[in-house]
Amino acid sequence: MANLLEEIQESVINGQAPKVKELTQKALDQGMEPQTILNEGLIPAMSTVGEKFQKGEFFISEMMISARAMYAGLNLVKPLLLSQKTESKGKAVVATVQGDLHDIGKNLVCMMLEGGGYEVVDLGVNVTPDKFVEAVKEHQPNFVMMSALLTTTMSSMEKTIKALMENGLREQVKIGVGGAPVTQRYADSIGADFYAADAGEAVSKANLLLNLAAK
Amino acid sequence: MLIVGELINSTRKAIAQAIVEKDKGYLQDLARRQAEAGAHFIDVNTAAGGDEIANMIWLVDLIQDVVDVPLCIDSPSPEALEAGLGRCRQKPMVNSISGESERWASVLPIIQKYQAQVVALCMDDRGMPETAEDRLRVAETLVTGLTEAGIPEDDIYLDPLVKPLGVNHEYGIEILQATRAIRETYPKVHIISGLSNVSYGLPERRLLNRVFMVMSLAMGMDAYILDPLDQTMMSLWAAAKALAGKDEYCLEYIAGVRAGVIKA
Repeated sequence: MANLLEEIQESVINGQAPKVKELTQKALDQGMEPQTILNEGLIPAMSTVGEKFQKGEFFISEMMISARAMYAGLNLVKPLLLSQKTESKGKAVVATVQGDLHDIGKNLVCMMLEGGGYEVVDLGVNVTPDKFVEAVKEHQPNFVMMSALLTTTMSSMEKTIKALMENGLREQVKIGVGGAPVTQRYADSIGADFYAADAGEAVSKANLLLNLAAK
Repeated sequence: MLIVGELINSTRKAIAQAIVEKDKGYLQDLARRQAEAGAHFIDVNTAAGGDEIANMIWLVDLIQDVVDVPLCIDSPSPEALEAGLGRCRQKPMVNSISGESERWASVLPIIQKYQAQVVALCMDDRGMPETAEDRLRVAETLVTGLTEAGIPEDDIYLDPLVKPLGVNHEYGIEILQATRAIRETYPKVHIISGLSNVSYGLPERRLLNRVFMVMSLAMGMDAYILDPLDQTMMSLWAAAKALAGKDEYCLEYIAGVRAGVIKA
């Protein structure tokens, strides 16, 4: 059984979607808990992929192939988890901010968060502060993550944080920001909770904050 | 067939620092070297940090003190565009207008006022283009709108918007097909592109940038925003231009080789 999980991990890292699907089905047929497949197979594999990407050992295309392989397994496991009403690790509302139409970085973050065991609400691109507010009210997430690729649209992040404050929602979420022009310094200046330089770091920092909150 | 030298852009750290420190010598040297390397326009961008308008005026003045090539005024802010254009001593280029209604309405009057050449991004209120057809559709709106506003086709530089190949392996062929389709529809309009987007997220980026330039030129692209100090790139550009039939008797190619700026 343990070998099967190792094989799943290896196949996700190698980006072999059909193999991951086959192995996941095999594990389920053998009676393995879907939660185990997720937590000890798919998630650790994507976390390794995230680390490799952060170190520059993996390129974006390789990360995407791994994610595709991860989804091949996740799509089998997910319906079972939902029917068991298993709680996800946490929920994140993710979007590219108002005025900005760049979706590549945001999509990578969504992908890596799902691979990290999070439930993701992807609001898309060009998302106004009001839409963020509505989404937080509706979905009650642990995290709000914002992406911007332009120096000119970065300021929408600050506006969104202000809108969350004005609606009394700021304290119930942790806010993460990222994108090419964004820096730790900028994140601090607008009162975000964290900055992530890439999709892998977005997940590791979210994990860190969840662990802190649990203590 | 032209090159816009991309180096004086405040989103590059060295430039942002030179602007903050008012390092006139460094910036003038960079302008001079780009012009000497064959840039037909020099891009000027001060959008990242500081007082964009004051910095734009300062930069435009100091660059024109040392080079004779015209400038490409580059900003997301219509006010900064206007500030830069107002100081240009030669027919300038504007980077950029797009089919997004707000951008269109704020930038078009400025282009008309200064009779500038213009980079027109193939995107509109529907967002970034996905397919070659999307790009052609926005290109049609842009060319029709600009020519109706009195901008001659020869002053229009359509940018089909290159996306990173590392994210989707069809993004390369998509842009090549879009370039060919735009060229067939509009023989007189120029097609321009930056070169660094295509290689984002992949290793040995300069290799991809260079080959993309050669392949897109063959499809009808005729202007590039690039680093003219990259001698390999400039040599490939001259050779590709000759091979595409854009260098009569290959005279520019031969002259470049004689001058030692084009090398195998």
